[in-house]
Amino acid sequence: MAAAPEAETPGVARPRWHPAELAFWIAPVAAFFAFPDRRLLLSQIFVYALFALSLDLVLGYAGILSLGHAAFFGTGAYTAALLAQHGWTEPLSGLLASGAVSAAFGLLVSLLVVRGSDLGRLMVTLGVGLLMYEVANQTSSLTGGVDGLGDLPIGALFGKIRFGLDGRAACAYSFAILLGVFLLARRLVQSPNGLALRGIRENVRRMPAIGVDVNQRLRVVFAIAAGVAGIAGAVMTQTTQLVGIDSLGFQRSAEVLIMLVFGGAGRLYGALVGATVFIVAQDALAGISPDYWQFWLGAVLVVLVLIARGGLLGALDALRRRVKRRR
Amino acid sequence: MRTLIGVLFDGVAYGSLLFLISLGLSVTMGLMNFVNLAHGAFAMMGGFLCVALMRRFGMSFGLTLPLVFVAIGAAGAVLELALYRRLYRASALDQVLFTIGLTFMAGAAATWLWGPSQQPIELPPSLRHQITVLGIDLGAYRLFLVAFVVVLTAAMGLGIARTRFGAQLRAAVDNPRAAAGMGINVGLLFSITFALGAGLSGLGGALAIDVLGLDPTFALKYMVYFLLVVVVGGPGSIRGSLIAALVLGVADVAGKYYVPQLGGFIIYASMIVLLVLFPHGLHGRRA
Repeated sequence: MAAAPEAETPGVARPRWHPAELAFWIAPVAAFFAFPDRRLLLSQIFVYALFALSLDLVLGYAGILSLGHAAFFGTGAYTAALLAQHGWTEPLSGLLASGAVSAAFGLLVSLLVVRGSDLGRLMVTLGVGLLMYEVANQTSSLTGGVDGLGDLPIGALFGKIRFGLDGRAACAYSFAILLGVFLLARRLVQSPNGLALRGIRENVRRMPAIGVDVNQRLRVVFAIAAGVAGIAGAVMTQTTQLVGIDSLGFQRSAEVLIMLVFGGAGRLYGALVGATVFIVAQDALAGISPDYWQFWLGAVLVVLVLIARGGLLGALDALRRRVKRRR
Repeated sequence: MRTLIGVLFDGVAYGSLLFLISLGLSVTMGLMNFVNLAHGAFAMMGGFLCVALMRRFGMSFGLTLPLVFVAIGAAGAVLELALYRRLYRASALDQVLFTIGLTFMAGAAATWLWGPSQQPIELPPSLRHQITVLGIDLGAYRLFLVAFVVVLTAAMGLGIARTRFGAQLRAAVDNPRAAAGMGINVGLLFSITFALGAGLSGLGGALAIDVLGLDPTFALKYMVYFLLVVVVGGPGSIRGSLIAALVLGVADVAGKYYVPQLGGFIIYASMIVLLVLFPHGLHGRRA
């Protein structure tokens, strides 16, 4: 029994870095050099990983089931696009502004979301997602409607580095943002705030008894997550220099939910793993036939719920526990 | 004035369809607290089955309806016994993921079998003309729809109020535990109700082809409408669902007729407002 006691008690913060975590972060850097012609795909993976990470804060930590998370992704994406179109082309400040707009919108929505039951939350988030899609669809003079906005004049990073077609700058930029936000999120979930969230998820009735204002904590994390989703959307807009209306669609909300659950919710890394597997699989399979992709996506979901609860990382954990017991 | 009545009439016809399709969902959510996003897929399958029967076997529209009801009901029963049953105690997240998965599969299967385009339907000539009532032109098919749903609702209301099965169902919706304690087989009751609900949904899907259209995105496109009927009406409440479906139908048709530039905006905005103001539904009694 030489294992550290903190590693054995679930739910207690582990601020120290596990070697596996360091190894995990070397992988994307290695991929950057190993697949120089697939850097646009890599960049897409980082964007979706960031998006899934934000949903993990909402679903995995706060326990709020959201079916309209793309509303915030799209808000950030369109804010970044509109800023660039109207002359604010500097990417980093544009990114922060998009995140801020999205977080403010998230705070507004959170007032409606946190008070409901699971079903109520699900319906309200679904409604907000559909509403934002309709707004973008109907205000086509501003948002381009169904066609979206293209050829956006995104400025150079630090006044020097341009987002080119080879995806080098895009890839490095989105990776840096992902890593930065991940560090903050990791800090957040291991802070007392994060532990309170975990307590709320596990037993919402008991938390007020130890002096936690449940709704206030949920509102804060919902707004933060909305901001992160907005940043993800803005990174997508800036690196591709276009934004489509599908960034607000229900399909997008469902996909990010699938990524997160497939990787394993409530553990941050699950979001990253799930997004990676999803985007790589989509790239490899959807080209063959979009219908088959849709069908197998559905089938994987059904099987996931019936058999492999906890996603990929959950299955990995179970395997590790079994091996440990053998020994 | 004439257009107002015409819009109201179209709205009522549309609402009747929504009610027919959502009824099974209301019972599923009321009785088992099961969030079934795949309910629209039963309606879609009913629509496709109707089209296939008419095209392949040259059946008349009227003849396909009972067949669709029975076939989709049977499919619902099989799915309930094989899959749904395992998830009654699962979390809302698991139920949502599972039923989104089923919806995706149904949509992809429909695209594979019938292609992505809208399915045309040839209604019998007796339902195609216009009927003039008090100087107002009404579509015969929509009149038929409303009459059909009125008769069906009356029959169902009677069945639920007067039969033994209806009494058991009411007891189980009110309090499943106490009902089980009284010796009611809630599991069996639910299987039967689920199959009936799926069958009605399939029937609604077949009847809806001429009004809502039919393509492989049907289940996802109208999912929110069906959910809305149930949530606004209060899960498990048939009267609530009826009122919600009619209000929703009229509001949607009127909104798209008078302010088309707003599109679906009115529906979604009123949905959020209603959900926030009445978290337990307009007619709901419990959480």
